[in-house]
Amino acid sequence: MSVRLEASSLCVGYGERLVVDTLDLSVVGGTVTAVIGPNGCGKSTLLRALGRLLPARSGAVLLDGKQIDRMPTRDVARVLGLLPQSPSAPEGLTVADLVARGRHPHQSWYRQWSSDDAAAVEAALAMTGISDLAERTVDELSGGQRQRAWISMALAQGTDLLLLDEPTTYLDLAHQIDVLDLVQELHSSMGRTVVMVLHDLNLAARYADNIVAMRDGRIVAQGAPGEVLTEGMLSDVFGLDARVVEDPVSGTPLVVPVGSRHRSS
Amino acid sequence: MGATSFRLRRRSLVVVAVALVLLAAVLVVDIMIGDFPLTASQVIDALLGGGTRRDQFVVTELRLPRALTGLLVGGALGLSGAIFQAIVRNPLASPDILGVTWGAGAGAVSVITFAGSLGVVTGGAASVGLPLAGLAGGLIAGLLVYALAWRQGIEGFRMVLVGIGVTAVAGNVTHYLLTVGDVQDAGRAMVWITGSLNGRGWEHVVPVALALVVLIPVALIGGHVLGALQFGDETSRGLGVRVNVARSFLIIVAIVLASVATAAAGPIAFVALATPQIALRLAGTAQPPLFGSVVVGGVLVVLSDLVGRTIYRIELPVGVVTAVLGAPYLMYLLVRSRREARV
Repeated sequence: MSVRLEASSLCVGYGERLVVDTLDLSVVGGTVTAVIGPNGCGKSTLLRALGRLLPARSGAVLLDGKQIDRMPTRDVARVLGLLPQSPSAPEGLTVADLVARGRHPHQSWYRQWSSDDAAAVEAALAMTGISDLAERTVDELSGGQRQRAWISMALAQGTDLLLLDEPTTYLDLAHQIDVLDLVQELHSSMGRTVVMVLHDLNLAARYADNIVAMRDGRIVAQGAPGEVLTEGMLSDVFGLDARVVEDPVSGTPLVVPVGSRHRSS
Repeated sequence: MGATSFRLRRRSLVVVAVALVLLAAVLVVDIMIGDFPLTASQVIDALLGGGTRRDQFVVTELRLPRALTGLLVGGALGLSGAIFQAIVRNPLASPDILGVTWGAGAGAVSVITFAGSLGVVTGGAASVGLPLAGLAGGLIAGLLVYALAWRQGIEGFRMVLVGIGVTAVAGNVTHYLLTVGDVQDAGRAMVWITGSLNGRGWEHVVPVALALVVLIPVALIGGHVLGALQFGDETSRGLGVRVNVARSFLIIVAIVLASVATAAAGPIAFVALATPQIALRLAGTAQPPLFGSVVVGGVLVVLSDLVGRTIYRIELPVGVVTAVLGAPYLMYLLVRSRREARV
């Protein structure tokens, strides 16, 4: 498998502050990568820079070997789709219209809607299981349904690279599993490449092939969940005293925090 | 959901068709009514080049230019408002609130009062200088708001707040000019800043018509990105939109539209504010439809002018009628947005 998305000596910052510091990362095609780390470690910033939403201060982001900020943004949008953290839609927008917007990079002012677009939108709605919600407005959906609608829009965009910034925020556990099962399906049956920021380490361990652990704008560890999620890493990166056991269902690492109440001596 | 979008499209097509028929009907009725009442067939005859010489004169020289000015000005204001509201994502955003109309007003009033005191307000200065000064004033105010609200991009709410400030400044400039100007000029300027179609001839129709011929296609072509611009910046950029370029371009188009319209007929209140929301509800979309707003704006202004001409024994400027209709609507919007803010 080839490298699709690459950060090379990447530095990104806001104002004076450097948030991502000389970072190197390679995302191999057809894999699911989860970026983890404590709050403020720069994982969302990294994802935004990978999706050319933030400019590189120095270094570069390469999409299929080409420097992403030199490519026309519309060309990037045909290859790479992204879902920001808690996106907002205008009041009264229907799910069908929201998902239809995903076709924007494939349209132009003289070709605003085609049968290809219609087919892609229909497929995206079916894929996320919300075909029957097409006529509802986005604001009347529940949190889980809304997240599906947004993912559906990203799918309608028809890109084989997807960047998801905390796709499970504000969802209850059942809906988190729902959304991640969907990601799993995109990956396994459609060969999409996914990079996502996740807070939940156990879910990251279950659903990602590759885990990237960040602290202070740098990558501290990366690799298969079993290699990265160790007690030493948790204490290093998160300052968390925890045991790592085997997940009885999936066999992946399961993080069990100790907490002050159970800390013996 | 091809079927869905087709249905939506068909609905907006139906709305546009109905609106165009309504537009023609309103135009004919508007021309029929006046000191020399005409029948519908007389009006249509005269429009097609027939009828008596008197009918010809009344229709083509007196009433048609006025009606057309109203139609075009309304269309331009409607389109301008629709673009602003779609981009700023706030139903309060319109050239009235964002200072553009008042800037154009200050520009035009400066011509009326200064040119008047210099004794050159006849012919040339009035028909060329006034629209140009209006256009310049509107552009200056609009670009000022845009520049002051810019902070690595445009954020809707900040733009509304800056716009309210610039509106106040432009309003004060206008009042200052009225105070220092000659009483008679000030009187004429007052009528103008209320927004009036009185005495509008072909010389007023032509500039607005030219501006619309160029700007409507530009807006409709540029408008295809509006659909992708209705989300947060990150989502829009993720969809491959060059957000700041597209937004700046459309805002400048909207500023020019509102300035040209204001230069022709004065700052007719609330049309640009209310039209996009009416068109949006008629078309059943989440975003103000551009073409629908052109049509609704035109109908609104011509009807308001008709009401102003006929409801009372003296003629009321069209701006008075739209203000009476629009003020309660603005209050409704404010009350509603406060409620939403509380939720």
